[in-house]
Parts: sequence; C-alpha cells; structure tokens
Amino acid sequence: MSKFTFNNISYTCSENETVLDVLLAHEVAVPSSCRSGLCQTCMMQAVKGTPPGAAQKGLKDTLKAQNYFLACCCHPDEDLELALPDTQTARVRATVSNIEKLSSDIVGVSLQCEQPLDYKSGQFINLFGENSLARSYSLASVPAKDQHLTLHVRKVPDGRMSSWIHHELSSGDSVEISLPVGDCFYTPGNAAQPLLLIGTGSGLAPLYGIARDAIAQGHTGPIRLYHGSTNVDGLYLDKTLRQLTRQHENFSYMPCVSDEPVEQQDIASGHVLDVALQEHAKLAGWRVFLCGNPNMVKAAKKKTFLMGAAMKDIHADAFLPSA
Amino acid sequence: MNQTLFQKLGGEAAVDAAVDIFYRKVLSDDRISGFFDDVDMEKQAAKQKSFLTMAFGGPNNYTGADMRRGHAHLVQRGLNDSHFDAVVENLAATLSDLNVAKEHIAEVAALCETTRNDVLGK
Ligand SMILES: Cc1cc2nc3c(=O)[nH]c(=O)nc-3n(C[C@H](O)[C@H](O)[C@H](O)COP(=O)(O)OP(=O)(O)OC[C@H]3O[C@@H](n4cnc5c(N)ncnc54)[C@H](O)[C@@H]3O)c2cc1C
Ligand code: HEM
Ligand code: FES
Repeated sequence: MSKFTFNNISYTCSENETVLDVLLAHEVAVPSSCRSGLCQTCMMQAVKGTPPGAAQKGLKDTLKAQNYFLACCCHPDEDLELALPDTQTARVRATVSNIEKLSSDIVGVSLQCEQPLDYKSGQFINLFGENSLARSYSLASVPAKDQHLTLHVRKVPDGRMSSWIHHELSSGDSVEISLPVGDCFYTPGNAAQPLLLIGTGSGLAPLYGIARDAIAQGHTGPIRLYHGSTNVDGLYLDKTLRQLTRQHENFSYMPCVSDEPVEQQDIASGHVLDVALQEHAKLAGWRVFLCGNPNMVKAAKKKTFLMGAAMKDIHADAFLPSA
Repeated sequence: MNQTLFQKLGGEAAVDAAVDIFYRKVLSDDRISGFFDDVDMEKQAAKQKSFLTMAFGGPNNYTGADMRRGHAHLVQRGLNDSHFDAVVENLAATLSDLNVAKEHIAEVAALCETTRNDVLGK
C-alpha cells in the first residue's frame, strides 16, 4: 500500500493496482491507451519521490533522469507527488499541413512541427486530442528527405481518435504531439544485410519510412517489403511502391490480399505472413521489421525467429488497440 | 568450481551465443513449447538468459526458494520430470551445437540436476 498525490488530491494505491488504475477509477482525466507499457501515452512525472525502475522501461535516459514514468506500469514503492508531463519538455506543437485520402479508410496526415523534431522513420508519436484522448501513430516520413512528418491513419469503426482525424481534423489546425518513441527503425552499419519488412493495413506506414530511410542511408542489401490487406482497395501505396521498385534495384514490393479474389498477376493472394515466409525459407542473417495487426506481429516474431532470424535483428511495433 | 565451469564455457559471451539457439529449440519442442508461449518474446528471451547463466554456473542471485516460487505457476499447469528432462536435453543439444566438450556438457547437466526438486516444487 502506498500513497500518491496528483493536483493536490491524495490517493491510495493497493499492491495490485497501478497509478493509472487508481486515477481512472476516480475518473481523473489522464491520457492512456495500450495499458501495457508500450505506447507511452500515460507518461507522468514524479515531482517528489522516485518512481520504480520497472515503470520507466523504454523511456529515454533524459526522461528517466527527470523522474518521468509510465502510469500503467507503476506500482509505487514509496509516496509520490505526481504531475502530467511538462508541455515544454515532453510535447511539441505541430500544424496540420495536409490531409489526403489514401484509400477508403486510410488518410495521410502531414504535420509541420514548430521546432524540427529529431526522429527516425518507423518510430511513432502520440497525438493528443480533447478530453485527454491520446493515440500512437507511426512515422512514415524520412527526416533527411521529407519536410513534414507523415502519418497514415486507418479509420477504426467507432474509434474516437481515428474518427476525429478522418472527419474533423483539417489543414491549418494545430495539434499537440509527443516526442518520438520506440525502437522499430533502421540503423546503419550493416549495409549489405538483407531486410524483410512485413506489415498489415496502416502497418505499412512505419515500413514505408524504414525502407526509404534505409535506401537514403545507402543500404545495398535486398529490401523486401510485403504489404497485406483484406481487399485490393487497402493496398494504398501500390503505385508509389511500384515506382520505388523501378528506381532501386535492391528494393522489392509484394502486395498481398487475403479476403477477396484477385485477378491481377502482380498481387499475391493469401495472408501476407504466409506469402512472405513461403518466399523466404531461411532467415538466418536477415533483419526483420514487423508492424500492424498485433496477432500478425506476434505470430511473425515467433515464426521469423524459428526460421533463423536472431532475436536482436527482429524489430516490431504491434498496433495495440486502446484497452 | 562453478565459476570456473562458467569461465570454461566462455562466460557471458557463451550465454549470448547459446540463448537464440536454445530458445529456438525450446519453442520447436512440442513437449515443452506450451510453457514458453509468452506474448512477449523479448521478455521471455531475457529470462532464458538468466536461466542459461545459472545453468552454466555463472553469477546469479537466485535461491532455491526463488526457483520454487518462479516455477510454481508452471507446476500448477502440470510441469513434471519429463519436462525437466526435455529442457536439460535441449540445453545439452545447444551446447553440442556450439562444440562444447562432452565433459563440460555433463557438468552443466549435473548442475541443473541440483535444482530439480525446487523447480518441480517437490
Ligand atoms: C506503437 C503503435 C503504433 C501505432 N501506429 C499506428 C499507425 O501508424 N496508424 C494507425 O492507423 N494506427 C496506429 N496505431 C493504432 C492507434 O494508436 C489507435 O489505437 C487506433 O487509431 C484506434 O484509436 P481510436 O481512438 O480511433 O479507437 P478507440 O476509440 O480506441 O477504439 C474504439 C473501439 O475499437 C476497437 N479497436 C481499436 N483498434 C482496433 C483495430 N485495429 N481493429 C479492431 N478494433 C479496434 C477498440 O478496442 C475499441 O473497442 C498504433 C498503435 C500503437 C500502439
Ligand atoms: C534446469 C532447471 C531450471 C532452472 C535452473 C531454471 C531457471 C529459471 C530462471 C533463472 C528463470 C528466470 C526467473 C525470472 O527472472 O523471472 C526461469 C523462468 C522460467 N522457467 Fe525455468 N528453470 C529450470 C527449468 C525449467 C523447466 C523444466 C521449465 C518448463 C519446461 C521452465 C520454464 C520456465 C518458464 C516458462 C519461465 C518464465 C516464467 C515466467 O514467465 O515468469 N524452467 N527459469
Ligand atoms: S504505455 Fe501506458 S498506456 Fe500505453
């Protein structure tokens, strides 16, 4: 049993409750989404006391040093005084510079940050909306090539943030985002290593960023990108990626459709993971990137590992829904 | 003596070399893979490293009571001697893949044996 205060109100936290559980149970408006330590939307700061190390996993060292922590993983072992992140240090204002329809349920959102954002393609940012709503979106843009940050947002049925983005948000609007998060990105140093990228739906966003980033950084090994969608309409970067294939000899793209018959010769029929792994029986020495549907990502991590990819070479972002 | 076994095997570098191979074998072994079917493979892999360090006689802070507590939920799910034997078998096969000498493999197996009762909650 421990105590914490937030906005001058004191709360008690029993052993099996997290700080987030307690705040939400008291209907205190604080942001959260995945509730599993992954998205960092629930980040808070201990202005007095020290948060447990287990609640700081995945945070940048500079944030750890300032006693930032994740409320959804925090079982305090001493009394704490808490605050929401200071907007100056942990958030960035950005202006929507463009919104374009990419398919019937995916839009591309371009953001212009007030100050240049130091990020890597494939990382994600958290977008903050009204009533402490916060959701994660991956970065499809490449810092060295693109002027703006780009997100690909799929509309989830009755989804609060994605509906707002699709229906309300427009060019010129100002939004608040987090600093970039996550370690699903390309690192230079082994330019000849073959890369396998597998994504479903808007899971293509980070992969598109990673592939172009690898190319921009002079990657010479094969870059094999597989994009899965239930229907042909969902292959929302088909044209762009075919063009990229023509421009770069080491890059290839295979669109896969799982739930409707396909007539085109150049689209594979079946689930993207099956298609990709059929074409790559051995993955020893490969670097693997997996993004999108959490079930696909989980299965793919295990399968690619069993097929020989080293654990340290498997990078993934499961697009966990809000809990 | 245990410390020297750990050194003879190559210390932490040996653990790093073994962890992927061992974990791949365990996940592919239908007799025991169910116990390791964690959502989070990275977390599970970190635990495999702790296991290997211990089995190689390396520095660790686990007590017999920790082993008992750490595996109690698995014993409830039916963990028994046959599963224990399968783990030791996979470990021996891993070391053999890494060209570790037979006598050292036997030492590792003997070291594992000392934890059997705690792991199985006997
Ligand atoms: C690391 C990370 C990166 C992400 N990157 C992207 C990205 O680049 N592009 C993108 O479009 N999304 C991405 N997401 C998902 C995104 O953060 C939101 O979860 C998503 O947009 C839904 O939010 P919402 O507020 O619209 O829906 P909510 O209001 O949170 O959900 C409404 C209902 O729909 C359910 N639901 C939510 N998602 C799904 C789903 N996929 N399928 C079925 N039911 C669902 C919820 O459980 C809930 O019942 C990412 C998630 C994570 C964790
Ligand atoms: C040879 C004797 C064994 C030793 C020395 C040993 C040691 C360990 C250690 C050190 C951990 C990590 C604990 C932690 O830090 O959380 C662990 C966890 C684990 N062990 Fe063992 N182990 C042994 C046998 C087995 C067997 C036979 C099985 C099942 C077939 C098994 C399944 C597991 C699992 C699933 C975990 C993770 C538990 C969790 O998710 O919390 N172990 N073991
Ligand atoms: S990390 Fe806490 S809600 Fe996602």
